[in-house]
Amino acid sequence: MTNQADPQLYSFLSYHRRPKITWPNGARIAVWVAPNIEFYEFDPPPNPKRKPWARPLPDVLAYSHRDYGNRAGWQRMMDAMDAVGIRGSVSLNVAMCEHHPEIIEECNERGWEFYSHGIYNTRYTYGMSIEQEREIIVDSIETVRKWTGQSIAGWLSPALSNNVWTMDLLAEAGIRYTCDLFHDDQPMPVAVKSGKLISIPYSLEMNDVIAYLTNQCPPRHYGETIKRQFDQLYAEGERSGTVMCIPLHPYLVGHPHRIQPFAEALQHIAGHDDVWLATGREIAEHFYSHYYDDMLTAGAEVKS
Amino acid sequence: MSLPPEYMQYPMRRHGMDHDRYPWSSLTDRPRIEWPGGARVALWVTPILQWFPLNMTATPFLAPGGLTMPYPDYRHYTNRDYGNRVGIFRILDLLDRYKLAASTFVNAAIAERYPSLLRDLVGRKIEIVGHGLDMGHLHHSGLSEVQEAELVKRSCDVLASAAGQSIKGWLSPGRSQSWHTLDILAAHGIEYCCDWANDDMPYEMHTSGKDVLSMPLVHESDDRMILQEFRHTEEDWLAQTKDRFDVLYREAERYGGRIMSLPLHAWIMGVPYRATYLREALEYIAGHDKVWVATGQHIAAEFRRQTTR
Repeated sequence: MTNQADPQLYSFLSYHRRPKITWPNGARIAVWVAPNIEFYEFDPPPNPKRKPWARPLPDVLAYSHRDYGNRAGWQRMMDAMDAVGIRGSVSLNVAMCEHHPEIIEECNERGWEFYSHGIYNTRYTYGMSIEQEREIIVDSIETVRKWTGQSIAGWLSPALSNNVWTMDLLAEAGIRYTCDLFHDDQPMPVAVKSGKLISIPYSLEMNDVIAYLTNQCPPRHYGETIKRQFDQLYAEGERSGTVMCIPLHPYLVGHPHRIQPFAEALQHIAGHDDVWLATGREIAEHFYSHYYDDMLTAGAEVKS
Repeated sequence: MSLPPEYMQYPMRRHGMDHDRYPWSSLTDRPRIEWPGGARVALWVTPILQWFPLNMTATPFLAPGGLTMPYPDYRHYTNRDYGNRVGIFRILDLLDRYKLAASTFVNAAIAERYPSLLRDLVGRKIEIVGHGLDMGHLHHSGLSEVQEAELVKRSCDVLASAAGQSIKGWLSPGRSQSWHTLDILAAHGIEYCCDWANDDMPYEMHTSGKDVLSMPLVHESDDRMILQEFRHTEEDWLAQTKDRFDVLYREAERYGGRIMSLPLHAWIMGVPYRATYLREALEYIAGHDKVWVATGQHIAAEFRRQTTR
């Protein structure tokens, strides 16, 4: 009988009782920036578990608020990243490839990574059958390969909608890492039925949606929280390599009243030595090559 | 368990938008706009006058700022109405002091109820922009096209008659629209609409009649959002307003003229302790050389003159 109270995805491997991680070139911290490049539909179909828009359709204010990212915000966000040489790991609603290939090309030219964030951010996996969820994984892999030449390595479920079998399906399809788990500041193995999967720290707290909208941070305060998060994880990275993720949404961070403090926070990070400015895929592969087996063993020992 | 087959189909998955109101374009790829006098930023001061009926309903949702207490909610009714009696005059004093043009968004009910207020605005050569009938009458798809057209017609007629000027601009109460709002606005002579929050510059929206220009009225950095929804301080409002201006002013050099809207709900920004912050914001912006202070109508006309062939 399955235990519904526990996701049973990872073992309890406490922060100070686990194998030490060292990042390439002795870096203390791996920093990755994950822009969510999204498309929200004007007239999406209903889902039994979640309403796509708060107001009755058409919710022109909410729709246009999101659309801002693809018209105006993305360029400012990209400029701030370019200025300090940070590549993005794009959490991509893959239908963006069809809707706005112009944006996808700009990202691809910069060597940014693409991973899947579902088809649209207005199509949730709630209520899907296993076969239907497999369909969106296959669609994601094929769409990103067709438009960018990349094989996707990562996954963030559309609007963070998950089912209990989602992680198994990802591993079965060859996806290497998930961003849906927030339990750690280091990558960790995820228990799946077949194959391998790891979680990479993605962070709710650093996510601009959470910062600006949920926690209602003024833009300059968000810049400060990014710097403090970095400073702390940088210091702790002396003991064992940490991961810091900054998940972004061009429709939020890309506004003129918000971009400057954010750009300054990136400068703060890039101004340090021993920082590995990486992509999600690079972090995952380094972890798989050097720490996956040790971490799995350590986790099994804790259980026994 | 599974979802119906339609949930796995994407009929609008295609190049560009998933509707036909406007084509996609990226802000930085467009032809440069040159504002009069070589200005980098067009400052568009936009006071907002609203009336929340005591018996308003949440149809189909409660308008932002709407009354929330059991009838009679004097508390919120009067707090909102304060803006129309007192708050707006504090804002107008500042506009006078810095000799600033402005476009005021006005619920038509204000013109019916407080005709002298309209005379005070018009006497200052302030543009009157349609803002629906009142905050209890949202535009939404539960209305028939006939009902919605009647709302638009009545709003425009009342305002035009009280202001002695034709109404060219529009902001729906709560920035809420039905599927047909833009078509109805176009049919009633509206030239620009401020409901959509997806750009920093104007762009044309297609309707069943003439195109309507979408004008960039900020949403998340307006006074109500910052002070009431996000509960930031006045210092934070001021910092965000200055930061916004600085970025637009800087970008304008590279990309061409930009627009800085400044929404000022009279019931929010018109309270005494906020006046000094508004004064500081206006002083800061007006302290820059390359700023063109204009009404929405003038900004829209200048934009169209340069973009329409």
